[in-house]
Amino acid sequence: MHNPQLNKDGELIHLMSIEGLPQRILTQILDTAQSFMEVSAREVKKVPLLRGKSVFNLFFENSTRTRTTFEIAAKRLSADVINLDINKSSTAKGETLLDTIDNLCAMHANLFVVRHASSGAPYLIAEHLQRIGRDDVHVVNAGDGRHAHPTQGLLDMYTIRHYKKDFSQLRVAIVGDILHSRVARSDIHALTTLGVPEVRAIGPETLLPKYMDKLGVQVFHNMEEGLQDCDVVIMLRLQNERMTGALLPSAGEYFRHYGLTPQKLARAKPDAIVMHPGPMNRGVEIHSAVADGPQAVILPQVTFGIAVRMAVMSIVAGN
Amino acid sequence: MNIEIKNGRLIDPKNGVDRRTSLFVAGERIAGLGDAPAGFVAEQTIDAAGCVVCPGLIDLGARLNSIEAELAAAVAGGVTSVVVPPDADPPLDEPELADRLVHRGEEIGKARILPLGALTLGLNGERLAELAGLKKAGCVAFSQANRPMVDTEALLRAMEYAGTFDFAIWLQPQDYWLSRNGFAHEGEVASRLGLAGIPVAAETIAIATILQLVRDTGTRVHLTRLSSAAGVALLKGASDEGLPVSFDVGVHHLLLTENDIGFFNPHARFNPPLRAQSDRLALSQAAAAGLAAICSDHTPVAADDKLLPFGEAKPGATGLELLLPLTLKWAAAAGVSLADALARITAAPAAVLGLPLGSLAAGAAADICIFDAEENWLVTAEALRSRGKNSPWLGYAMSGRVKTTLVAGRPVFAAGG
Repeated sequence: MHNPQLNKDGELIHLMSIEGLPQRILTQILDTAQSFMEVSAREVKKVPLLRGKSVFNLFFENSTRTRTTFEIAAKRLSADVINLDINKSSTAKGETLLDTIDNLCAMHANLFVVRHASSGAPYLIAEHLQRIGRDDVHVVNAGDGRHAHPTQGLLDMYTIRHYKKDFSQLRVAIVGDILHSRVARSDIHALTTLGVPEVRAIGPETLLPKYMDKLGVQVFHNMEEGLQDCDVVIMLRLQNERMTGALLPSAGEYFRHYGLTPQKLARAKPDAIVMHPGPMNRGVEIHSAVADGPQAVILPQVTFGIAVRMAVMSIVAGN
Repeated sequence: MNIEIKNGRLIDPKNGVDRRTSLFVAGERIAGLGDAPAGFVAEQTIDAAGCVVCPGLIDLGARLNSIEAELAAAVAGGVTSVVVPPDADPPLDEPELADRLVHRGEEIGKARILPLGALTLGLNGERLAELAGLKKAGCVAFSQANRPMVDTEALLRAMEYAGTFDFAIWLQPQDYWLSRNGFAHEGEVASRLGLAGIPVAAETIAIATILQLVRDTGTRVHLTRLSSAAGVALLKGASDEGLPVSFDVGVHHLLLTENDIGFFNPHARFNPPLRAQSDRLALSQAAAAGLAAICSDHTPVAADDKLLPFGEAKPGATGLELLLPLTLKWAAAAGVSLADALARITAAPAAVLGLPLGSLAAGAAADICIFDAEENWLVTAEALRSRGKNSPWLGYAMSGRVKTTLVAGRPVFAAGG
């Protein structure tokens, strides 16, 4: 099946999912991001790669953090950035997603950064752009439903590479609500593509998707066993609404079994790093002593995220 | 009118006929085959050389959102009888509505309309509709379409009441609680794509409940649109047990699986969902063995309702004009003979309905489909007469093209005409 993210020459034209991307593209993004880290340290934090281009942040679902980092990244690439909070504007008037896209194309958009509550929404947009012959307009997925959050996955890879240098010897554990997590799916595809030999998923059966083995992931229900000798621990946010149904009895019971405490973390390697996509629920999935402890790299993740988003946007829309 | 259809390969699965011979139609009925009946003078002769002549197709499930266009699509697809589920707007829950639908169908004069009456008012699964009144107005059985019967007691009472009058109930077996939030088979693809899943247990739990109530009430039940291997296994058991239960499968489920969702293709969204390859194989084997009838589950969906992210897109595909070619495609892949394949869309659905249709025997209704099994055509929006252009097969070539369709002895469709 043709991967709509790549053009005929195998170059990245949209970023919608890590799945199906070759290792060379992931490495290209990470290397490019590394070159941008230096830009962020300058007094004038700008490069002219997207000068004259318009980046539309299309957020059909609320997010302050991801939108802000995309906005900063686009501005550092000298793009014009337009933020659209779609919840409150056009869809409320009955305009369809693709009507919105047509209108914004008429405003000479070059790049859409899309966040949407439905899995697959960015594919619909990319297919539509192809259908209407707008191959000069690009799509970057900033999170779609439970499906993918590829820039988060890539910044996680950047963080791992920064601290661990090499992917080929690592044992990585992803802990928590994997079922509803687009971050987890993107991390899993990125880790396996980059050659991490052991990816573990830790959580109760109610929060794990079926057929995890088909994704190359080993499942653990016991967190202590799952964390044993891990090099990297990726914690996931537990949404409050998961507490109300039949998925979990309580935040307290969840924390006792799957919250990352210093005691549980001691099962991992002594130099293991702890990551979290944010925002954290302290005392629900992570103990403050870990979140603020020496092994946490949660704030560097945010910094790397800007460079990674600069890299992605400059690669898909830079020519 | 007296019509002679000559030079065709006559296939009448119900009566074991498969040979090159003439078919004679007198008025609304089949007058005979082989040699002309005594005194028969043809007023019209149809040359069916190179074509198959078979009973008109009976589609056990087709939604007629815009009735004229869809009935025209039906006969263009060789379908002479359509069973219409009651989930129209408004639902078919009053005798007057059924009466109006049947009359409208007669006015249009294409395919026969066989409505399913709503089992409950508004299809809300609570209060029974006037079943006897609906029956009198022309409903052939009663159904919830794909709306759930959440309340098991209401289901039991509905079955007892229907059984009182020897009415059959058609149910789509899908547990409400396990299916309400999902939109894809809970399998590898849904896990990968982050689509909320519907487990196979949604189907098997519903089947198990229904079968137990059939045992208790003896009411005839037809289960629609099976989707899973486990579901098929339960129904094989029911059949061995001698329960009065039949089932059908949508033709798309014989050919497609969860993998056809690809990159969130909304045309691969169905209710029930396309499941795994092993499920598809079990459905195919059940159809090949004659356990299940095949239907189109024709569901025209407006273009805008498919141009949405997978989970927001409406499920279903257009099917009336694809039932025959897709059944032929399935038969070729599954090693099923042409006569057996045609049986699944003629004699088998007639048996489910208990109606004297789907046969070319002398005296039977002259509902006839003449098609060229070898002719290829491309599925495009323009090629489809249905208002529903929603199909996972757009851009694909099909083999099997209908040339002429007769309903009650009247030519109602002629290719190029």
